[in-house]
Amino acid sequence: MEITDKILEKHGLKKEEYKDIQKLLKREPNLLELGIFSAMWNEHCSYKSSRLHLKKLPTTGKQVIQGPGENAGVIDIGDNDAIVFKIESHNHPSYIEPYQGAATGVGGILRDVFTMGARPIALLNSIHFGSPSHPKTKSLLNGVVSGIGGYGNCIGIPTVAGETKFNDTYNENILVNAMAVGHASKDKIFYSKAKGVNKSVVYVGSKTGRDGIHGASMASAEFDENSEEKKPTVQVGDPFTEKLLLEACLELMKENSIISIQDMGAAGLTSSSIEMASKGKLGIELDLNKVPCRENNMSPYEMMLSESQERMLIILDEKKEKKAKKIFDKWDLDFVVIGKTTDTNRLVLNFDNKIVADIPIRALADEAPQYDRKWNKPKIKKNNLKKYDLKKIKIEDALIKILSSPDHSNKSWITDQYDQVVMCDTIQKSGGDAAVVRIHNKNKAISISVDSSANYCSSDPKSGGKQIVCENWRNLISVGSKPLAITNCLNFGNPEKPDVMGEFVECINGMKEACEFLNFPVVSGNVSFYNETNSKSIFPTPVIGGIGLFDNLNKIINMKTKKVGNLIIIVGKTLGHLGQSSFMREIYSANEGAPPEINLTNEKNNGHSILNLINLNLISSCHDVSSGGILISLAEMSMASMLGLKILKPKKFTDLNEYFFAEDQGRYLIEIEVDNLKKVESILKKSNIFYEVVAEVQNDIFELSKTFSIKTQELYKNNNQWFKKFNAIN
Amino acid sequence: MKSSVIVFPGSNCDRDIAVALEKMQFKNQMVWHKETVLPKSDLIVIPGGFSYGDYLRSGAIAGKSLIIDEVIKAANSGCLILGICNGFQILTETGLLKGTLLRNKNLKFINKDVYLKVMNNKTKFTSKYKINQILKINIAHNEGNYFTDQRHLAELKDNNLIAFKYCNQKGDINEKSNPNGAIENIAGIFNSKKNILGMMPHPERMIDKLISNTDGVNLFSSLQN
Repeated sequence: MEITDKILEKHGLKKEEYKDIQKLLKREPNLLELGIFSAMWNEHCSYKSSRLHLKKLPTTGKQVIQGPGENAGVIDIGDNDAIVFKIESHNHPSYIEPYQGAATGVGGILRDVFTMGARPIALLNSIHFGSPSHPKTKSLLNGVVSGIGGYGNCIGIPTVAGETKFNDTYNENILVNAMAVGHASKDKIFYSKAKGVNKSVVYVGSKTGRDGIHGASMASAEFDENSEEKKPTVQVGDPFTEKLLLEACLELMKENSIISIQDMGAAGLTSSSIEMASKGKLGIELDLNKVPCRENNMSPYEMMLSESQERMLIILDEKKEKKAKKIFDKWDLDFVVIGKTTDTNRLVLNFDNKIVADIPIRALADEAPQYDRKWNKPKIKKNNLKKYDLKKIKIEDALIKILSSPDHSNKSWITDQYDQVVMCDTIQKSGGDAAVVRIHNKNKAISISVDSSANYCSSDPKSGGKQIVCENWRNLISVGSKPLAITNCLNFGNPEKPDVMGEFVECINGMKEACEFLNFPVVSGNVSFYNETNSKSIFPTPVIGGIGLFDNLNKIINMKTKKVGNLIIIVGKTLGHLGQSSFMREIYSANEGAPPEINLTNEKNNGHSILNLINLNLISSCHDVSSGGILISLAEMSMASMLGLKILKPKKFTDLNEYFFAEDQGRYLIEIEVDNLKKVESILKKSNIFYEVVAEVQNDIFELSKTFSIKTQELYKNNNQWFKKFNAIN
Repeated sequence: MKSSVIVFPGSNCDRDIAVALEKMQFKNQMVWHKETVLPKSDLIVIPGGFSYGDYLRSGAIAGKSLIIDEVIKAANSGCLILGICNGFQILTETGLLKGTLLRNKNLKFINKDVYLKVMNNKTKFTSKYKINQILKINIAHNEGNYFTDQRHLAELKDNNLIAFKYCNQKGDINEKSNPNGAIENIAGIFNSKKNILGMMPHPERMIDKLISNTDGVNLFSSLQN
């Protein structure tokens, strides 16, 4: 078969790339081989546009056991316990088929975690939709939420936190990022690197079907009005089989029989076999007649490129085959030896007693293209908000408007659809600054938070990149934990456009600076490019998932105010920065100005002081100040307990809106007992931290002296209606 | 007291109930669905989850599994049987409990803490509760909307076979305090001999102060009595 331009285009390969393939093979590839190259060389698998820049991120530290490059990152939490975690995107499939797209996003990230020997203990997600008024938003929201719930609920892993945002920029390209967190023993981590020649390559899990063929290539292309036609490239999830696969794998992992293991995710059998061989500097030979198939007459091409879910590839010690098969038989899962490792450094595929593909592994992995794409330094928007007459806006009106907006509304309509407490270790679920999950049977817990701020990143990618790392760090501190490490999911437009590439490079630069300064390394992640439709790119949207540690369960705190008479102190300085704020967006529909600046020194100092105060038992509740500013954060603390607050006017600010809605960074609200005020003040003063008393806890009424007075109940009502109204069945 | 937890492929609350039983001093064993003999037990628990994926009707396949014949035999000879969530659905599929669990009225999975009223405390499952006591217990299901015919409903009422009803914090039983549309707010029922309890809410999730309240504890301590 002749390889025409049309075939190349269908495979997402450029002409120059095809020339490289010919050179590497020293001949023309056949269609199967071309398919394999296309699967390995697309953006999704090869990171060809991002690799160069990702290298800049800090990935090491005392706490890191395994950084990027494996199925997931691994960190040390002491006592032979390790946390395995990663976040991944499933944006394109979720737009085409929201339920299955989101569900298989969850399934895929779970496999990444349990492949490494960890029992998954928590799921999180970050989902971004278009404007609520866009005709598809309602059905996409409903489909994605049911899909995430459908998978997590069935497999029985709690979905403990997440974020949901709406913005026009995602009208034709929603974002669905799923994160999974698992717990493993430090001395029982499994890797994908193959070792030894002539070892059995075993296929386990579901059978291979025709679903998801070329899914990874689809995820590496822009969308247009014909995207709907891509439905057959979306995989179909089966959480029940994944549950069996999870239990069977963990059971097998108790024995010392696995040499290496890799899940079949993007590009299925192709990428899993090549990755294992490439890491082990070995070859691999497969007999495709042995691959368990769901449908008749499947071709080698279909088998190699299928993205059927819930499958794994294992390289097994040969003496352990029988015992291993018994385990998979018990769980009614396929277990078939489909090949062996070789010393040829080649991928050789046999079908019907013929060699149907023969490619050097290096050509597929190491020789995959890497681009230093052209990038333009983004132009930073200046803060020009003078034209707005803030004095015209009544502070209480703004408060209610922001609290009842889609982004700030209570998300229980969503989170009630997720089982958040199965496994009985969820100490704090959605709605707080970070989720808290106990390590089963131990006196310790981890905190987990997932965050993004596309508005900030869009107006200043570098500052935004820094900010999002800091916000995540702050969220982990706010519950009393020590931040350890992050995973990131980088959602951007088309990297072949220098402006988009510029956003990407600068976001990375910002993240790098913050991660280095805070000793908060990146241990895993995923890049999702080509998030555009009809050439319109989404806002740069890096999503950060962070993990923190409590070595004492008594130090966990939340944002619920505790006692009438207690004082609320704001820690960190308020400058009145309203550029890119929720206030400007919700009140003026203005997306203007620069995002707030990040001062890393203050950030670190403030955060460490908060942890110190928590450790000294001086704080009764804590909440970080982020989107919406002080007043929204105060309202959230108040609604969490249904107590009221008597808020004081600032001494040095003339414009109340500026003071109460500013989004200056590095700030926390803490609740303290009156008797502890002096102690707290002296600690903060000693660390040179700006603070002021901002409110006093009282019953029922949320008020600002001489300005407004609202029942907390009323705030709650306003905060809890948007999703119900939006999704009401007419 | 000896307990057995039946584990189906797709069960996912099996560990949670095992932890609860052990914490409450039961000598517990896990029993795989392919077993054909049940260990001697005073209590058999069918846990929550998605047995066999629940791709057919919730609990339908589990209701026909190998081990379930043994459970039915044990039930008929008076052994105590507790079915929670998917376990309740399975019990209705076996016929050990009458009625069925329909999809939630809002057609969505619901996970939240809800209030329950104890309707009968003169049973082996509920003796440590006070009558009309209000409990706060977690629910997590897609098909929890209990339905039965009028004749059986009358039988349930006449013989005091309703274990729990959904209510609000004050104990009012009405449409607003009904999370899933269950007939007459029914959250759990007994069989006529009161040795079988099926309930949608998860008492095993409510035994640990750090995680939740402890309103589930008395169900297990009643059984220990």
